[in-house]
Amino acid sequence: MSADLTELYQQVILDHNRRPRNRGKLPTANRVAHGDNPTCGDQCSVYLRMDGDRIAEISFDGSGCAISQASASLMTTQAKGKTGPEVQALFKNFHDIVTTGNAPEEISDLAAFAGVHSFPARIKCATLGWHAALEAMKSDPMPTTTESHLD
Amino acid sequence: MPSWSNVRADFPILHQQVHGKPLAYLDNGATAQKPRAVIDALVHYYEHDNSNVHRGLHALSMRATDGYEGARARIAKFINAANPAEIIFTRGTTESINLVARSWGQAHLKPGDVVLTTEIEHHSNLVPWQQAARASGATLKYLPVLGADGEGGLDLAALDHLLTPQVKLFAFTHISNTLGTINPVAEFCRRARAVGAVTVIDAAQSIGHAPCDVQALGADFVAFSGHKMCGPTGIGVLYGRRALLDKLAPDETGGGMVVNVTYEGATWKPTPERFEAGTPNVADAIALGVACDYLDALGREHIAAHDAVLARVAMEKLSTLPGIRIIGPRVGAERSGLVSFAFADVHAHDIVTFADEDGVALRGGHHCNQPLMRKLGLTSTTRASFYLYNTEEEIDRLVAALRRTLKFFVGS
Repeated sequence: MSADLTELYQQVILDHNRRPRNRGKLPTANRVAHGDNPTCGDQCSVYLRMDGDRIAEISFDGSGCAISQASASLMTTQAKGKTGPEVQALFKNFHDIVTTGNAPEEISDLAAFAGVHSFPARIKCATLGWHAALEAMKSDPMPTTTESHLD
Repeated sequence: MPSWSNVRADFPILHQQVHGKPLAYLDNGATAQKPRAVIDALVHYYEHDNSNVHRGLHALSMRATDGYEGARARIAKFINAANPAEIIFTRGTTESINLVARSWGQAHLKPGDVVLTTEIEHHSNLVPWQQAARASGATLKYLPVLGADGEGGLDLAALDHLLTPQVKLFAFTHISNTLGTINPVAEFCRRARAVGAVTVIDAAQSIGHAPCDVQALGADFVAFSGHKMCGPTGIGVLYGRRALLDKLAPDETGGGMVVNVTYEGATWKPTPERFEAGTPNVADAIALGVACDYLDALGREHIAAHDAVLARVAMEKLSTLPGIRIIGPRVGAERSGLVSFAFADVHAHDIVTFADEDGVALRGGHHCNQPLMRKLGLTSTTRASFYLYNTEEEIDRLVAALRRTLKFFVGS
């Protein structure tokens, strides 16, 4: 296997792809957003329960390649407990990593996605879940008892 | 029979390494590669004959016009159209279908009418009809596909009750770009005509792969692209029966398609110029004529037989892979030279990335068939699509690439 491909499919990514964290709808969600990647057909919904300005609970649901699913999974573990500006800052780091391939030393798990930068077509796969999460944080609160229109 | 190994020598692009491996180009459903003769025709045109067509009185303009109109006549012969005037040059299948949907749709569709299409259409033979139905108040109906994997083909029994006198137009594909199903298009044309419906055939996947006789089919409109039949991108054809085209209003207007223009209005030239406003794509039309020569020299019936062998071999070998779900006709059933498949645990894009590293070019995604994918409970498939230069050895490399991918992601 080539160095590029080994770098793309890091163990962390394979692990999140095989055993996604926080996957499925969140019954207590009060925010939701849906992301689409029309060229690939990747889909990702992100469910949030905001407690004040912090993400108390987060989950995702969708389908797509290993990169998009692992990225969404890892994103949920990183975003939980964070505020909007904190998630924005995390995403900026993540975006730098996937577009430049350079990861600052203090960033551990997200650095697994550095290999994406050698595959420009996959950058949008890696960022899909993040975009959905940021969109969900900006969205209007929804009553927790109502099923999402995305069902 | 052509020597298929000599055929490979005609295609310069095939002789390259991708990621250090010889290229196995199995993405012909998306676009076909170009033989040297077609590439040379483009270069020759731009080096010797380039000029604007029609109205030109100088030598180059006459050569360009002769080449362009010669290509039209060549393509008429290629599909056995009764008259070159029935060949309208477009950008490709999509533009051809849109032209019919807008020009014919606007003139003929009204509330209460039905446009019939099928559940297996490419978006290019689906969205234009949604738009035409919306604009006219007509209803769009779909001929269903049978089987959990679409293996049963289109529901011919349902055609009996769907094809009513309210149906004004029936649009269908010859070969499904996702399932590989070959539709009984002559039968569709015959049954449509019996209720007075106009037929539109999307021949994008079939035109370069099998003989085509529009008169024998009894088709009213046939749309296809040059680039899937060894021709250049950016050139395609709308065939229309003369009697229909003569009554059709133009879609685009401007230079080249008018007889007399005043400040108050304009009158239209007859077909085909009426439908070719602006400077046409002369070079690519001429090269498309050369692609017709190339395919006919090999024999399209031989290409069809070659495709069929590769499809059979691919079906037999792919179906041995653990967990594979192949959509479309089953092993042993008739299918065109393409196979789409999915694995529960490995996404199409991961497969395509892995195969690419082995030099095998595939396509992954919804293949512009989103409603069909949804109906089959899929978000994407991987597709291997074959053409005249592909070999059984390349299918072995495809299978090896898939085994390697499966081993990596699911460990089996």
